[in-house]
Amino acid sequence: MAELTPAPAGGGSAAAGTTTVDAPGRSAGLGARIHNTLHDKATLGPAIVLLIALVGFSVFTDRFLAANNLSLVLQQVMVVGTLGIAQTLIILTAGIDLSVGAIMVLSSIVMAKLSADSGVPGVLALLIGFGVGTLCGLINGILVSRVRLPPFIVTLGTLNIFIALNLYYSQSETIRGTDMSDVLLYTGNTFAIGDTRVAYGVLLMLGLFALVAYALRATAWGRHVYATGDDREAARLAGVQTTRVLLSVYTVAGLLCAVAGWILIGRIASASPQAGGSANLDSITAVVIGGTSLFGGRGLVIGTLFGALIVGVLRNGLALAGVDVLWQDFAVGFLVLTAVAIDQWIRKVKT
Amino acid sequence: MSAAAPQAPTVTPILEAKGLVKRFGNVTALDGADFELMPGEILGVIGDNGAGKSSLIKCLSGAQVPDEGTVRMNGEDVVIRTPLEARALGIETVYQTLAVSPALDIADNLYLGREIRKPGFQGKVLRRLDKKAMRAEAKHQMSDLGIMTIQKIEQQVESLSGGQRQGVAVARAAAFGSKVIILDEPTAALGVKESGKVLDLIQKVRQNGLPVILISHNMPHVFEVADRIHIQRLGRRATVVDPKERTPNEVVAIMTGAAPAT
Ligand SMILES: Nc1ncnc2c1ncn2[C@@H]1O[C@H](COP(=O)(O)OP(=O)(O)OP(=O)(O)O)[C@@H](O)[C@H]1O
Ligand SMILES: [Mg+2]
Repeated sequence: MAELTPAPAGGGSAAAGTTTVDAPGRSAGLGARIHNTLHDKATLGPAIVLLIALVGFSVFTDRFLAANNLSLVLQQVMVVGTLGIAQTLIILTAGIDLSVGAIMVLSSIVMAKLSADSGVPGVLALLIGFGVGTLCGLINGILVSRVRLPPFIVTLGTLNIFIALNLYYSQSETIRGTDMSDVLLYTGNTFAIGDTRVAYGVLLMLGLFALVAYALRATAWGRHVYATGDDREAARLAGVQTTRVLLSVYTVAGLLCAVAGWILIGRIASASPQAGGSANLDSITAVVIGGTSLFGGRGLVIGTLFGALIVGVLRNGLALAGVDVLWQDFAVGFLVLTAVAIDQWIRKVKT
Repeated sequence: MSAAAPQAPTVTPILEAKGLVKRFGNVTALDGADFELMPGEILGVIGDNGAGKSSLIKCLSGAQVPDEGTVRMNGEDVVIRTPLEARALGIETVYQTLAVSPALDIADNLYLGREIRKPGFQGKVLRRLDKKAMRAEAKHQMSDLGIMTIQKIEQQVESLSGGQRQGVAVARAAAFGSKVIILDEPTAALGVKESGKVLDLIQKVRQNGLPVILISHNMPHVFEVADRIHIQRLGRRATVVDPKERTPNEVVAIMTGAAPAT
């Protein structure tokens, strides 16, 4: 790096010159102030909604706050939450992945069948399953980044292919948990914190959230993911290898889906080719409610954790309150629309 | 009116292109364009809208690959296929479209693609960026440039005005260019004062021995700083003139085709 900029002639005009460019929210109205705050902290909204839901259900239903109920919510969220991490990475690059659920189920079937039918040791079966998920992601990535097909179409195609492969390989049969290695069921095991039981799958999910949040925030790769999603051509001109970034994102997403597959086996104590049917849309829902923009370049993976928890808490709380499941769907749909509307509003250029 | 462009045949151009052709479908952006940049000079590039100025420099900066033609650096053939390859050769560019990432902050933008990692374990194994160092350096570079007043270096670029964004792009090129600096309309969005700072900067860069390519529609700016003026017309170099020997009116006449390129 050559230091070429000469010293300021007039003695640091800009160092002292912190003249007001625009003072965000200082003299602006309430609307503008909220706008600025949300703009800077996209996950603030989801965090508040989650808090309100938690407090609301604690007040209105007496069973909600029970330790075993909260641990149940977490277990219900761990699969979609993990898929949501993969989906967040892809949506940050202004893409979308309709195949996350299919990759997850295909990987879980491969792991389970290798262990149950082919007698492959548990750990090896698990790693091969991870490999299958990674390969699926790599295929998506090649089609998106090198062949330059739109992500929506690519993953719509691979979604069907992965489902077909999955049905072919599994012969549409469920593999019982008792037939497979304990390693594959490990994510469903629980340990005690006080009188709450927490599944290892929940820990794994939280660990992955932390890891990806770190990678996005603190590494060059993370900066490149944002830059590529923000404006691919600008990022390319600025020296980002955007093709490589996209390829890596889809590949990592494939691996994360396979990990979600492992968590899925623990959650339902079996491996079913029919499992996770709504997982694709649920993962997108979690990302969107979590404040990540579908236009790419904006959002935080932690928001997706909030988004998944909001959906989990809402469904659980409404069920406890005796509300029909159709109103749970209604509420989730309403949240999605609200989140997207807020995103549009946030992205409006300040004048 | 016989003054040919001042040429020093004994000196090898630092950057040179011959017969560049670039087509987009049936639009021919470059139609056999030649180009020469001499060591240590400020070369103004002017031409009507669509004359192929941006296309020309994009072929030199790796943003585009020409369909035909050759590029030489210091007399040696080079093939520049990507912006990163140009960067590796020491060529830094401010594009007309700026090429900044609005969602990232100023420091992230300055260091995009050449981030500084923390020393030791954190950087090598955890790949952790040294944000503090990048921000401190970025602040230093931005204030050295003196063309903008920013509140915080952590500000996202999208919260900056158009002129301030241009400042970020110019600071990036000036800070990292080691052989050639290319500026495509660097003052288009700037006020009078800020334009003056950029022109000062260009001259300082030249004093440090670096050649600069300045594309501009602003004749007074070009005449103020350029050592030679490359006139681009209909996808080709019409001629190169010496601003001390021609008036802006004569140059504009050549540029628009009202006068022959002599
Ligand atoms: N990516 C592209 N796709 C199609 N046509 C293009 C592309 N880039 C440039 N062109 C065409 O090539 C021609 C030259 O464009 P170029 O941008 O090089 O002009 P310019 O001299 O920089 O103009 P301006 O002064 O407006 O910046 C124009 O006719 C333009 O329409
Ligand atoms: Mg141009």
